[in-house]
Amino acid sequence: MNWKPDQTFYPSPKMAMEAVPEKLGYLAQMDPARKRPDALAVVDLDPESKSYGQILSQLDMPNAGDELHHFGWNACSSCLCPSSPHPHMERRYLVVPGLRSSRIHIVDTKPDPKNPKLAKVIEPEEVLKKTGYSRAHTSHCGPDGIYMNALGSAEGKGPGGIFMLDAENFDIKGRWEKDRGPQHLAYDFWWHLGHDTMITSEWGTPDMVENGVIPELLMGGKYGHALHVWDLRRRTHQQVLDLGAEQQMVLELRPAHDPTETYGFVGVVTSLKDLSASVWLWYREGSNGNGQWKIRKVIEIPAEPAAAEDLPPLLKGFGAVPPLVTDINLSLDDRFLYVSCWGTGELLQYDVSDPFNPVKTGSVRIGGIVKRAAHPAQPKKALNGGPQMVELSRDGKRVYLTNSLYASWDEQFYPDGIRGWMVKLDVGKQGGMELDKRFLLETDLRPHQVHLEGGDASSDSYCFS
Amino acid sequence: MMTDGVTMTWTGLLLLGAFHGVNPGMGWLFAVALGMQEKRRRAVWRAMLPLGVGHGLAIVAALLVAAALGRMLPLEVLRWMVAGVLLTLGIYRLFRHRHPRWVGMKVDMKDLTVWSFLMATAHGAGLMVLPLFLGIAAHQAGGHAHHAMQAANSGVMTGLMVTLVHGAGYLVVTALAAAVVFEKLGVGLLRKAWFNLDVVWAATLIATAGLTLAF
Repeated sequence: MNWKPDQTFYPSPKMAMEAVPEKLGYLAQMDPARKRPDALAVVDLDPESKSYGQILSQLDMPNAGDELHHFGWNACSSCLCPSSPHPHMERRYLVVPGLRSSRIHIVDTKPDPKNPKLAKVIEPEEVLKKTGYSRAHTSHCGPDGIYMNALGSAEGKGPGGIFMLDAENFDIKGRWEKDRGPQHLAYDFWWHLGHDTMITSEWGTPDMVENGVIPELLMGGKYGHALHVWDLRRRTHQQVLDLGAEQQMVLELRPAHDPTETYGFVGVVTSLKDLSASVWLWYREGSNGNGQWKIRKVIEIPAEPAAAEDLPPLLKGFGAVPPLVTDINLSLDDRFLYVSCWGTGELLQYDVSDPFNPVKTGSVRIGGIVKRAAHPAQPKKALNGGPQMVELSRDGKRVYLTNSLYASWDEQFYPDGIRGWMVKLDVGKQGGMELDKRFLLETDLRPHQVHLEGGDASSDSYCFS
Repeated sequence: MMTDGVTMTWTGLLLLGAFHGVNPGMGWLFAVALGMQEKRRRAVWRAMLPLGVGHGLAIVAALLVAAALGRMLPLEVLRWMVAGVLLTLGIYRLFRHRHPRWVGMKVDMKDLTVWSFLMATAHGAGLMVLPLFLGIAAHQAGGHAHHAMQAANSGVMTGLMVTLVHGAGYLVVTALAAAVVFEKLGVGLLRKAWFNLDVVWAATLIATAGLTLAF
């Protein structure tokens, strides 16, 4: 228990941007063969350090086959929210679920942030019993506890949904939804705290995704293509925002960080019409807070023509490589949106000051199904995988990328097997970005998500503007 | 004519109200957030009435429970009970920091009143006032009340006065803090100035447990 508020909690996104630069990153990595345990690595992000861009330590999980994926902090800036303030909590524990095993690891980053330790393991049986859900996916620190979602039911089918953990003792408190309406598929969730609104997105149930993309389901438009709007306070479903069945896999949600705003962005992996990927804007009509939520496409990224022999079996018939937007991230000032094209191997940057009219301000190539673009540190070495999870520093000046998506899907799009890498980019004041020549971390395990010491652009929410 | 002890008690009630008002978790922070969310000063002031009423109701509820028990129990027993509950809650609050989950950020007058009532009750705001109330009530019953019933009977007006005096202290400080933070200081102050009031609050609960027995 702190005497002063945790100094990594910020009332507003603006104040978080003034924070000191991060020196450590926590990187979730998995073994696709599920033979050795997955691990949480600590990466040195301090440019002054001799081990800059290298792994300082690695915490192995107690079991093999978890498939570490997304994770989150136990507490963050939302602890300053006025309806249930607890500013003297600590941003101390990482909540690290295994997407395949449904096991949840609680990792203590104190007293030595460079050598985190396992504090508690919640076994899958307990998750299944207390929530009825399996395949725990994303974790967000909310004002009143830890929110976590799951892809499916205990049987590996639908529906997926959200459950809660006590932020102090990590007991599972049970299902979150009181009325889920038509919601069945789950993937990501986030919220507009200032408007008591939650947004959830859709991928597929465990039996639709665990053994790879099922082409028949994809061509039939059966993967997720809608968002759901919820009353965060009453835990009830309010509205479906359907993007149309040709828009397949509506994944990462990035609401505006400014709590007075009512818009956000979501990335769509692919369109059945032309293999393009897209970013959509959800927004609330009218200014009285009672308007309907709407959604529209604001960015479209076309597929790139490619020779069949350069494409994996899944794509050979199409003669094109799809961008596959698998992650997006929004800077804390709500100005720049980063879009990962895992298929073409491109990271795009857009100025979204006018969210309805994004303007492209930057592009960097690395990896990619066809291009295999190299890193300036090793200009002759072809890299596979592509920009996948994208994390952004609080001040918006540094971008971190990793290249693995999900073991069974990795093999379909990169049949040569993804060789893990993590890279860093520097962002110009008015946009634009370039790869940091000093930062190319190649890993034995497959790297997935990075979270930064003290928080980043995807780990906190704010109640003051 | 009031004795010095009784004057001190009323002053104590006023200061205790002020202490409750200082705590950002008791309302002023909510008022500031509403002002920022709606981007207008009026929202800050509009929050004051429900915050005050909710807090006042929490005090009244505690006084009513005490008065009801006082009809059945000797004053000494009631004192020990109040002290026991205060001590337990104080120790619990040292280790657990949970809040009642009631609202988000979209609140009407009723929501905010209930929130204020729940926050005050869960934190033992009313309980904290009880020792002072029992002291005053006992004094008004002639200083030789052997039965709490006598003290409690003389208490309707006293209870009302206790609530009003405590509420005035609370509301003045709440309004002042909300106005100063909203207009001048900004919420950046939270990071530096918000010392751990949960611990102070818990210590105050424990201290008032002792105070209950001292009267």
